[in-house]
Amino acid sequence: MGRRGRLDQVTSAVHEGVGAVDSGRRRRRATAPAALGLLPFGAYVAVFLALPTGIALASGLFTSDGAFTLENLSALADPVILGAFWNSIWLSFLTAAIGAVVGAALSYAMLGFPEDGRARSIVDAASGVLAQFGGVMLAFAFIATIGLQGVVTVFLRDVFGVDIFADGAWIYELPGLVLPYIYFQVPLMVITFLPALAGLKPQWMEATLTLGGTPATFWWKVGIPVLAPSFFASFLLLIANAFSSYATAAALSSQGSSIVPLQIRTALTSETVLGRENVAGVLALGMIVIMAVVMCAYALVQRRAARWQA
Amino acid sequence: MAGLTRTGTVRATIAPRRPTTWLILGVVGLVFLIPIASMVAFTFRTSGGGYDLSHWVALVDPANAGKYAPIWKGLQGSLVLALTTVAIVLFLLAPTMILVTLRFPKLRRPLEFLCLLPLSIPAIVLVVGLAPIYLSIGRTVGTGVWTLAFAYGVTVLPYAYRAIQANLDAIDVRTLSEAARSLGAGWGSVLFRVLAPNLRVGLLSASLISVAVVLGEFTIASLLNRQNLQTALFVVNKQDPYVAVILALLALLFAFLLLLAIGRVGTATALRRSTPRKDPT
Repeated sequence: MGRRGRLDQVTSAVHEGVGAVDSGRRRRRATAPAALGLLPFGAYVAVFLALPTGIALASGLFTSDGAFTLENLSALADPVILGAFWNSIWLSFLTAAIGAVVGAALSYAMLGFPEDGRARSIVDAASGVLAQFGGVMLAFAFIATIGLQGVVTVFLRDVFGVDIFADGAWIYELPGLVLPYIYFQVPLMVITFLPALAGLKPQWMEATLTLGGTPATFWWKVGIPVLAPSFFASFLLLIANAFSSYATAAALSSQGSSIVPLQIRTALTSETVLGRENVAGVLALGMIVIMAVVMCAYALVQRRAARWQA
Repeated sequence: MAGLTRTGTVRATIAPRRPTTWLILGVVGLVFLIPIASMVAFTFRTSGGGYDLSHWVALVDPANAGKYAPIWKGLQGSLVLALTTVAIVLFLLAPTMILVTLRFPKLRRPLEFLCLLPLSIPAIVLVVGLAPIYLSIGRTVGTGVWTLAFAYGVTVLPYAYRAIQANLDAIDVRTLSEAARSLGAGWGSVLFRVLAPNLRVGLLSASLISVAVVLGEFTIASLLNRQNLQTALFVVNKQDPYVAVILALLALLFAFLLLLAIGRVGTATALRRSTPRKDPT
């Protein structure tokens, strides 16, 4: 009896032990293929995101023979390049500021429509298209509008006798980029800012009114302070968006390189000047540094904005 | 009026009043319609200064087939690219996101960071690094336009990630897959017969937004010397601006309808999902 009991104990212990080993092995065996499942995507991202970014950043720091050098960085002190960076920066700030204000006003107007209504879905879709519209087609649109023979140009000349190009064909130069850029900045603002605005709790307005405030008190003391971080986050995203935009400028101004992306094009496609690929790398490095600053600021502001969106 | 606003629905007090709504919408809408309307007007222009349909007719006239050949070639290239990019999203990104949700929840934040990263790396910077990579791709698998889809898969990553993640958050992936597994389903069945149908809205939106992005892409194709719709429009514009503008308008309309469809699909499912909640029984 006692012996029988001991045997039972032993066998059950063995069984448990086997079971433990078995499930442990199974768990390990199951994790390994699961981790293997991450490999294809990991490899893809490594080759087509990490590697090109790395090459772009590094190519500015090496000579064509592969030796490390900081000499290429001197290109950043070139007045033409400095001017391009300056142009890119003010163009991004200006169009982001206008886009943010107009986009915020438009988002505010959208609150007047039900969230799942037809008007909202049309504006959503239009914003999605127009935010992606930047590029060749946008350049066409503005040439048709305010080009030398554009509809608005001709209209102003024939009806009001105003020649908008009296001072030269600025549409193909830097100022000509402002209007097209605003055209894709406003929809992007709507896409990024409308959710924050729609998240404003009606109860806060109710509470303000119950406590004797007016709608104006609500906006000054509650609405604007709560929305400010989201607004600045969207504004920073707009700056980044304009700063990295290439296609519109490339299609509008086929000559000249007033902004950094166009300088990169010149450096990449120039076959006459040797060693210019490294300049493209240096410019890419400069762009990434500025983008990193903007995106870090974005992350900080976004963290503050998240406080009210729980 | 003020009393009515105060006692009326609270929503109406946060929202602007009707006239304000329509004023903002009207002014901004008008300003945004002018360039589009100008494009339309431009396509009807004749060389004599009048307006007719000749440029639209010319587009379908077989006599011009040779002249517009680059456009059809570019469009074909863009469609192939759109399909390949969607395949990357559906068969590479989506399964990885499901796997991370199920087995590696700790990797969710790093994956999100990785997928949103392309937003902060300008396409023009990527091109600088992609040029040498595509040089070796060209040597091994050729310079076919479809190879650009590898680069486009990266540029659509942030948009596709958001669309799929929103859907993943809305369904209980773990319970669904555990239930299916305990009923004897293999991982293939779990993925294709249980999770994919539940994620169809997210997968559909991710695919449609990817198509829209790919159809509008110019930077990478242009600098790597590949032909897609946008580079073709750019080239054809130099010899026949009218036809380029007509096609740009059509592409714009197509993208608008595509995104409208996404919005409609999204709202329809949101409504369907919220319907049972309204009814306590």
